[in-house]
Amino acid sequence: MTSVVGAEHRGREGSAEPVRSRRAPQRRPPLAPRIVHRLGGPMLRVGLGLVAVFWLMPVFGLLAASLRPESSNAASGWWTVLTAPAELTLANYAELLADDGLVRSIWNTLLIAVPSTVLVVVIGSLAAYALAWVEFPGRDWIMIGVVALLVVPVQVALIPVARLLGAIGLYGSIVGVVMFHVAFGLPFAVFLLRNFFAGIPRDLLEAARMDGGREWRIFWKVVLPIGQPAIASLAIFQFLWVWNDLLVALVFADQSSAPITVALRGQLRQFGSNIDVLASGAFLSMLVPLVVFFSFQRYFVQSVLAGSTK
Amino acid sequence: MSVFSSRKSHPWNDTEGDTEPGGSPRLALLFLAPALLLLLVFVAYPTVYSIGRSLFDARGTGFVGLGNYATALTDSRTLVALRNTVIWVVVAPTLVTSVGLVLAVLTERVRWAAAFRLVVFMPLAISLVASGIIFRLVYDEDPDRGLVNAVLVAGHDLVAPSSPYPGVRPRDGALVELPGGGLGSVGQVGAQDVLAVPLTGFAPDALPAQAAPAVTPGAGTGLRGLVWLDAGAGAGGVPGRVDGGERGMPGVTVEVLAGDQVVTTTTTGDDGRFTVPDLAPGSYTVRLPATNFAEPFRGLTWLGPALITPVIISAWLWIMAGFAMTLIAAGLAAIPRDALEAARVDGATEWQVFRRVTVPLLSPVLLVVFVTLVINVLKVFDLVFVIAPGSAQEDANVLALQIWQVAFGPGGGDQGIGSALAVLLFLLVLPAMVFNIRRFRRDRS
Repeated sequence: MTSVVGAEHRGREGSAEPVRSRRAPQRRPPLAPRIVHRLGGPMLRVGLGLVAVFWLMPVFGLLAASLRPESSNAASGWWTVLTAPAELTLANYAELLADDGLVRSIWNTLLIAVPSTVLVVVIGSLAAYALAWVEFPGRDWIMIGVVALLVVPVQVALIPVARLLGAIGLYGSIVGVVMFHVAFGLPFAVFLLRNFFAGIPRDLLEAARMDGGREWRIFWKVVLPIGQPAIASLAIFQFLWVWNDLLVALVFADQSSAPITVALRGQLRQFGSNIDVLASGAFLSMLVPLVVFFSFQRYFVQSVLAGSTK
Repeated sequence: MSVFSSRKSHPWNDTEGDTEPGGSPRLALLFLAPALLLLLVFVAYPTVYSIGRSLFDARGTGFVGLGNYATALTDSRTLVALRNTVIWVVVAPTLVTSVGLVLAVLTERVRWAAAFRLVVFMPLAISLVASGIIFRLVYDEDPDRGLVNAVLVAGHDLVAPSSPYPGVRPRDGALVELPGGGLGSVGQVGAQDVLAVPLTGFAPDALPAQAAPAVTPGAGTGLRGLVWLDAGAGAGGVPGRVDGGERGMPGVTVEVLAGDQVVTTTTTGDDGRFTVPDLAPGSYTVRLPATNFAEPFRGLTWLGPALITPVIISAWLWIMAGFAMTLIAAGLAAIPRDALEAARVDGATEWQVFRRVTVPLLSPVLLVVFVTLVINVLKVFDLVFVIAPGSAQEDANVLALQIWQVAFGPGGGDQGIGSALAVLLFLLVLPAMVFNIRRFRRDRS
């Protein structure tokens, strides 16, 4: 197989330096190898440490800004907290949580994310089991269809689904948003779970069948327990995906059912004069994902790796 | 234990177990029904519907054929969006794949690789809206708010200290603006003259602490002068005269020129006075160079039209690098050590091992990462929407955002053109879809 990326790398290096030079070490090795060689030691560790700091700094900045009064944010950068930690306050958060609209949007986020996750897991694992362990005509084609739907952009469905939901009176409601999320979560769910279920040793299922177990029982007693790691990965991925969504909610949710991402977006217009609201709101919206991520990182990482399509 | 290092304990990659057929088709249908129904209604049917809808006008009643596509592809906003989408696709996935590769290879050699990878992976868990707000703050134009500009300004001031009196201008008629910048005396002055230089446009409170009350130079020799802040004019003082309470401006650079040549340079004292004692008789021009008054460097307009797309791509790099790194690291872990060892035994340097063995063996993984990133790039919506301020949104526009703008955004509502753009986006994703299907079928066979 020809690889685009690989070819590009080879191209950049240039074919002027063939492999045969390997046995006769050049007197003066080119720059890049020397850099790599040098990187082996403490420099590498320092460099990677800097990269890590670089990655954490923006989040730390948001947190710091969210803990400073707006007057301070207007006057100086968040980094001044390093020299004046006394000004830190939770007032921004207190104010935010006293705002009914924002609290409502956090509830809405939960009301959208939890059902979307549960439904995707239930519907997806049923379908995945059928696709992995039940033989029926057209099974492979359905699987290929699922793989095809994996990459369909949400944007393609916005207009038709908006009309559809409008026709059945669900446009603007949480139910409509959830239905959309479930549908767009399913290709990935089925893909991920089917691959995992297909790896379950056949003997286990055979044994259950020999015991006279019906399909439902096998699914419930054998497949689901064994599939737990995959189901956990899927659930966490879907939960974070929906929790973090802006576009779907922006189109399908009205004001009373808008999640926190939409609420934050509404605050963006005054960026600069309301960093207290935006920073604390953004951090509040990140809290649940961060807790979920650090608690279940293994499952989340697995789901992202297994997907690598969404 | 590293959660990233090995995936052996799970049958994750086992895309094809030997699935033994069993069960009945009717039951399969029952299990599949909810999923199929939702997929058909919300994903498959809308895709087909969009294609049809794109052939009708805004209200959906008049058939316009490919008219919407023609309209869209001649609309300047859409063309900017398409141009930016091309920039994104060309730059971003390559950049992120490269960074991911470098980080994956480098972290193989440190013990705290798992912790490091966790940190770099973390942005994937938070919303693009939150990430957008984070980077809006990072790139804020005001160096008292945006970290990048704060660092730039600090660096700049270290190399070239900022001018002490930004925005200062002369009292009317006292000095003239020179063509090359800076302020010059009106006409020529002699070697024994006394020059009064009243300046305004600067807050008295902002004068340095050591600024002393202005004193007109008395009798003496040489070219003498006084540079002071003529601030009292509004409060009963006389413009151009040293009134009580007015202070000199310390540290102003003063140049004396004969023709175009700078003869000598001096600096005003705490009370604003300067003296050039031993000038040869003749006529000179006195100049206060522009460096005294230049506006301070305030960093770059990151969120302006010119830099907005690179800025958003950098935020996307922050988010996606962890994905690329982790996937590539998993691929690295799967490379047989023997292959690397054999190359090393042959006398290959680490670099040669990397270029000749590691990268080629990794190329399938790199390709998957790359394709996944391309799909992701095509869908980028939230980041552009959040990071680009209203004024720069048009310059940062991408196809995925333009669809929303046209169909649902303020002043939009044209579902015909919106559908045409959605179909366009779908066409761009199509090669990736084909790639995935082929990969899937190959994995199964």
